[in-house]
Amino acid sequence: MSTVVIVGASVGGVRTAQALRAQGHDGRIVLVGAEPHLPYDKPPLSKQFLAGAWDHDRLALLTEEEAAADRIELRLGVAATGLDPAARTVNLADGTTIGYDTLVVATGAAARPSPWAAESGVHVLRTLTDGTGLRVALAEPGALVVVGGGFIGAEVAATAHAAGRAVTVVDPLPAPIARVLGDEVGRLVGDVHRRHGVETRFGTGVQAVSGRVGALEVTLTDGTVLPAGTVVVGIGAVPAVGWLADSGLELDNGLVCDEFCHATGHPEIFGVGDVARWFHAGHGEHVRVEHWTNAVEQAACVAHNVVHPEEPVQYRPTEYAWSDQYDWKIQIAGRPNRATGFELAGDPAADPPRFAALYRDETGRLSAAVTVNWPKLLVAARRLITAGTPYEEGLSVLDKLIAPVSAA
Amino acid sequence: MAKLTADTDLCQGYGNCLTTAADVYDIDDDGKVVLLTETVPEADRARVEAAARSCPVKALGVIDG
Repeated sequence: MSTVVIVGASVGGVRTAQALRAQGHDGRIVLVGAEPHLPYDKPPLSKQFLAGAWDHDRLALLTEEEAAADRIELRLGVAATGLDPAARTVNLADGTTIGYDTLVVATGAAARPSPWAAESGVHVLRTLTDGTGLRVALAEPGALVVVGGGFIGAEVAATAHAAGRAVTVVDPLPAPIARVLGDEVGRLVGDVHRRHGVETRFGTGVQAVSGRVGALEVTLTDGTVLPAGTVVVGIGAVPAVGWLADSGLELDNGLVCDEFCHATGHPEIFGVGDVARWFHAGHGEHVRVEHWTNAVEQAACVAHNVVHPEEPVQYRPTEYAWSDQYDWKIQIAGRPNRATGFELAGDPAADPPRFAALYRDETGRLSAAVTVNWPKLLVAARRLITAGTPYEEGLSVLDKLIAPVSAA
Repeated sequence: MAKLTADTDLCQGYGNCLTTAADVYDIDDDGKVVLLTETVPEADRARVEAAARSCPVKALGVIDG
């Protein structure tokens, strides 16, 4: 009976385990997780959980009952510390080893640590423990300074602002979200903070953070000093591959995988989720994607390829991500930052705004879409992008959804 | 037969269910999920369960009907 060991018990690992059973794998499934908690979902940590609206139990990804029903063996609270691909064993932090026939690497990514040290009061946000600590901190009075204007930083700022805290977001880039959306649309979306009364210091870096919780000072590169009770540093994540350092597996900004998500040279080892940098055959290059939907879709693909090795399928998704900030629901399909042009539809000035940017690439196809408060349009665009629809044809299809709104 | 449930209060219009099972799920003008059918045959169950698992807010259910 073949054993699949999955290392990493967040959404990628859990969904791989469930999909393996759904696809008909009848052997053992062992799910190894470094954290002591039952598997939990991360997106709410910067939103509903941080706001105090949801508690830990609402975050459950896999209950003990669900694990038992699918015969998923849980090894939680024990990190994987090493891998011997020749012997096909995983070393665990408690000194034990687990043998596998198939290994799924789903260890995700860790918050990039703060390069600025203060005595206390500086947070990152990635895990439930991080989220619990930050939630307690945000219940105290005092201004919040968020370093990093990406998704995590923006969501934390929005949540803290809604809770009545004075918030300033700092980022060295003039329009942080432009990394993803391109300059013009990035400015439009980045404007969400100002419109909700949250201060931004974009285009200014951080020189130093000093002091302690309740009495912190954030010194910017232009000499400004921002007082803060709490500081959140949201400056990205790094793939969690430290435990594979001596394994001989190819590591380069994550676990390098082929188009079927096999680790290079190892058809019995797969990568899933934030940790995997796989060859996207549609894009013709290796990519690594740090988003929830990618982990879920890649888990389904890997489960298929484990159960049906004779007919593997390439993993070539249309990228999809979302971010909820204030009353803006931002959804992104495809790769806007690779586009050669775009058109805007809808009304960014409406209250609440409802608009979309539809992007074309150098091949003349509809390649990406960004919507604000317009889920139906995003769904339609996502489908057209996946189908490789020519740009003008895609716009004419979408215009049937756009026109009634624009006319209203 | 498997019976489908959808909680439109939970639904946030993320749309992942439509990429896996567009024959079963749709989305309305308010960005809320619409069930195109109330039940699916057992043969479709695994695929629709996968679509339900792709919902980030657990708004979708597949139960014994």
